[in-house]
Amino acid sequence: MSETENYFDHDADIGIIGRGNTVEECFANTARVMFSLMVDLEKVHQIQIITFEFVESDIEIALVTWLNLLLAKSQEHHLIFGDFRITHESDTWKAIVSGEPWRENLERGIEIKGATLTMLSVKKINNSWEARCIVDV
Amino acid sequence: MDMTFVKQIDDWRWTVLSSARPVILYGSRDLIEAMDDKVREQISNVTKLPGLVGPAMTMPDAHWGYGFPIGGVAAFDANQGGIISAGGVGFDISCGVRCLRTNLYITDVLPFIQKIADRLFGTVPAGVGTEGEIRLNMKEIDHVMTGGAKWALQRGYGIPEDLEYIEEHGCISGAIPEYVSDNAKKRQLGEMGTLGSGNHYLEVEVVKKIYDQAAADAFGITEGQIIIAIHCGSRGLGHQIGSDYLILLAKEAHRLGIQLPDRELACAPILSDEGRHYIGAMHAGVNCALANRQIITHLTREAVSAILPQAQIETLYDVSHNTCKKEVHTVENQVRELYIHRKGATRALPPGHKDLPERYRQAGQPVFIGGSMGTGSYLLAGNPADQNQAFFSASHGAGRRMSRNQALKKWRGRELIDELERKGIFIRTTTMRGVAEEAPGAYKDVETVAEATEAGGLARRVAFLRPLACVKG
Repeated sequence: MSETENYFDHDADIGIIGRGNTVEECFANTARVMFSLMVDLEKVHQIQIITFEFVESDIEIALVTWLNLLLAKSQEHHLIFGDFRITHESDTWKAIVSGEPWRENLERGIEIKGATLTMLSVKKINNSWEARCIVDV
Repeated sequence: MDMTFVKQIDDWRWTVLSSARPVILYGSRDLIEAMDDKVREQISNVTKLPGLVGPAMTMPDAHWGYGFPIGGVAAFDANQGGIISAGGVGFDISCGVRCLRTNLYITDVLPFIQKIADRLFGTVPAGVGTEGEIRLNMKEIDHVMTGGAKWALQRGYGIPEDLEYIEEHGCISGAIPEYVSDNAKKRQLGEMGTLGSGNHYLEVEVVKKIYDQAAADAFGITEGQIIIAIHCGSRGLGHQIGSDYLILLAKEAHRLGIQLPDRELACAPILSDEGRHYIGAMHAGVNCALANRQIITHLTREAVSAILPQAQIETLYDVSHNTCKKEVHTVENQVRELYIHRKGATRALPPGHKDLPERYRQAGQPVFIGGSMGTGSYLLAGNPADQNQAFFSASHGAGRRMSRNQALKKWRGRELIDELERKGIFIRTTTMRGVAEEAPGAYKDVETVAEATEAGGLARRVAFLRPLACVKG
């Protein structure tokens, strides 16, 4: 995924774009794009797994909830995530993510405060899904 | 901004032609022209919310936000169906500036400035993924949310005199931890006393120029004196409160009879259960921010004193710029209790206001306009009510003129740090990406913003502060 394809401009913050063949893949890729702002994901080791679930019927709100829960779990467990998987059945979304505790030689990017509702969209375009939102930096 | 959509009121104020309710944009023609059209759209949307009193306004440093523009000010009357908006406060609840006055002068610090920068960087945790030395449990985080800076003081962080110079004396009433989610509390357990990232900073500055001698005397500052500014907010707790209530209020808006022109303006009537819950949670976030800046103040004292043992560091003032506060204002000769949303706007109480510390009663409230790390900042003082017609509000920073993506394409963090060092400004950071995004050139000219703030009657310039060292998260 190239930088330019996955981000769009906002005056103060950053727009992120995730794509995928399914909604789940699209959500996982949006999470990757967001966490790429914090760290080089290639350098993150997958040594600790966190699971969580949530209930949400609105697909756009589900995207924001997913991203915000990832930020919350990351801070709660003091982990940086590098792998993201999510499935959903009806309104229930189940996530399995993995990563490692922050360590000194992981170069830091920027902190994301939260995913917002601004310019939020989750759409099926032709045969693939695209999700967009602004994250507050 | 497309100037065909706005009309000039005077040299420093503009209005939006198509807005159903009044809008005032503060700023020079150049500043307004340079703003994104989204600023106009967003502030016009704010006027569609119920219970608005007076015009919705933007400060001279305004830029495109989410829902509310950054630099937006709007007042709502609870008794007229007025709303409280999570989007109107922002994610970083009570983000603000603690300004510290020292007994040090430029000649004291210059020989040691790099050591001071290193020590501050090593003492105050900054950047993504950093935690402080304080580890709270789920019970104690409730005490942070109800106690604010007073809690921090009880834990040994700071001196009692600090409280006199913090808004609300360091603790806002009405914080209700029960309305804060466990996710929010858990995010904060390791984050007390951390600076954060983005535009947050800890900066050592020298008073370069005095504009208003009487106010400078009241603030206790003279040319050559060293000032320290701490810019940060309520960290993970505040961010999660913002996220939680943004979604909750956006979902409930329809049921509450509110037509949202933009989902990000998520809000509830102040007198509804949802509104009360958000206010209780938001106040908990305010206290968390006040406690956080109190701890960082303590860490700053420790760091500077380790290099310069003669250092005495006092709180000059601490003011938030992402809040909604219940305040009393006179509108059309009527005294009214209003909820003032300031999102990226600083409160600027006038001379004589009862909530000001005695020391500043004649001068007006200290107002801090933080510039970018390479340019400098301004200290201002609140103006009397006949001059400030923005519910005692003023600018809070230089305001971005370029997106983070654009800045990233234009600058490299390492090159900027080297360039600033050649100018005598020492940056310490965890993130080269963050430095590039926060490049001085990515911000508006702070002098222009301060000038427009003064000319618009919002606050008057007291001093210009030049940066010497800056810790960036």
